[in-house]
Amino acid sequence: MNKVIVAGLALGGLVAPLQLMAAEDIENLQKEVRALKKQNRMIMERLDATVDMVEKSGKAGPSKTRIGGYGELHYNNLSNSKPGEKDKKEIDLHRFILFVGHEISPDIRFWSELEVEHAKSDKNGGEVAIEQAYLEFDISSNLMSRAGVMLVPVGIINETHEPPTFYGVERNNVEKYIIPTTWREGGVSLNGRSGGLSYDLAVHSGLQTTAADDYAIRDGRKAVRQAPADKPAYTARLKYTGVAGLELAASLQQQTDITQNTDGTAGAATLVETHLAWQAGPFTLRALYASWNLDGKGPKSVGADEQTGWYVEPSFKFSSKLGVFVRQSSWDNQVGNAVDTEYRQLDVGFNYWPHPDVVIKADYQTQDAPKGKNEYEGFNLGLGYQF
Amino acid sequence: MIFLLVFLSSVTTAKASGVYQTPETFLQESFRGKVPKSRMIWLSGETGKVASDILQHRPGSLRTRYWLDKNRSAWVLDEIGKDKPITVGVVINDGKIESIRVLVFRESRGYEVKESFFTEQFKQARLKADKELDRHIDGITGATLSVRALTRLSRLALYLHQQVMVSHDAP
Repeated sequence: MNKVIVAGLALGGLVAPLQLMAAEDIENLQKEVRALKKQNRMIMERLDATVDMVEKSGKAGPSKTRIGGYGELHYNNLSNSKPGEKDKKEIDLHRFILFVGHEISPDIRFWSELEVEHAKSDKNGGEVAIEQAYLEFDISSNLMSRAGVMLVPVGIINETHEPPTFYGVERNNVEKYIIPTTWREGGVSLNGRSGGLSYDLAVHSGLQTTAADDYAIRDGRKAVRQAPADKPAYTARLKYTGVAGLELAASLQQQTDITQNTDGTAGAATLVETHLAWQAGPFTLRALYASWNLDGKGPKSVGADEQTGWYVEPSFKFSSKLGVFVRQSSWDNQVGNAVDTEYRQLDVGFNYWPHPDVVIKADYQTQDAPKGKNEYEGFNLGLGYQF
Repeated sequence: MIFLLVFLSSVTTAKASGVYQTPETFLQESFRGKVPKSRMIWLSGETGKVASDILQHRPGSLRTRYWLDKNRSAWVLDEIGKDKPITVGVVINDGKIESIRVLVFRESRGYEVKESFFTEQFKQARLKADKELDRHIDGITGATLSVRALTRLSRLALYLHQQVMVSHDAP
């Protein structure tokens, strides 16, 4: 018993100083933790202040000037069934475009596109051209106005034609020969929107077709290069996009004189265009109809008083990277002619997007051309990009 | 002539456009007037890498601000569509998108992404393991880049929400 008491006293004598030391240590540690917390808070505050300063000085908002572009390289391997005519087996840097845009003020912007077609321009072809160069003025949050060289608000491809946004190596021929894409004119426009409805009203330079070219619409483009401005044209478009994945649009254009007063046998012309673009999950359907009516006995004499085309293009995306399509199209720049002048074309192919802004395309085309005209059948390969 | 006069008058009366809701109003509405104190998440390390993968470019800042109330978080994020930043407000509730709204739209084309028929598609969307949305978003013809910008921001908000909830739940 005594031994136990003695041992207890001895142990108590040892533990008491330990307890005192531990309490002192804990207090010191607590002080240290408090100091470290304070220091940490201070470091974080200083770090935040430094990052704020770096972010403010490094970028006072996004740049007011924007540079972008797109381009497409094509390989065509097409046989021509017209006797004595050449096949088309060529590689071509079809388009190389650079954008420059600048925000002059929060309400006034400049936008431009400079294009090189077919890699170089000389007596054999090719083109260096201004595709767009306009100023855009905000009037309100839902109304703006543009002035300059602008794309005409007609069709699907004319305004949105970056290669990753459409199927087929070459742009469809309806929006080449009936809607003469890329179709730009000099003028002014009002562009408004409300909910899913938008409208465009434009007054701009007109086309100048000629009897020598059978009044073919595509040959009437002057590209705003010292273009005649005697007879303006007016375009109106109404577009509905009030349901996700759906676009319904109709355009009406009046050319006051489609030869710009150079041909007394011709006169005014009217274009009616309507299209549908409908996306439902992996399915997309595009369909377009466009038709011209040209006044005067000149166009009528060669059947060019009516020029019409249409296409239907269903497509299916297996994933965000791979999609397939088929397109049936028809176009005729001399509908009123006594002989058959209609072209028909079937395209089948795929797009592969390794990146949303890069596309690899392949398609096979068969054509049914009017008698005596070039008729191409074969495959096309394409590489396109946008940035 | 009338058209030209309208154009000329419009040029002289140009106004700021595209601000549909201020971030402050968006937060007030999202939290019914009781906006929690903002916090910051750093876009560094693994978080920054995943954010870069989602945006397909490096984030424009080192941190981003958010507002958290229990399992609900709100985010105000910017992303360029074609050539201008689109400012978007996103509310995430329990790992799903409760709402997404375009606050400021500065592009000339693609304004349709601000309309409810488009943004409704994102409601209740979750993030899959591969950091994609668990549903298909129908696009808008002619507004591909704006659609893509909104889709990327919705994925980023869902991912950052996951990150702050992990750190929020950590002992």
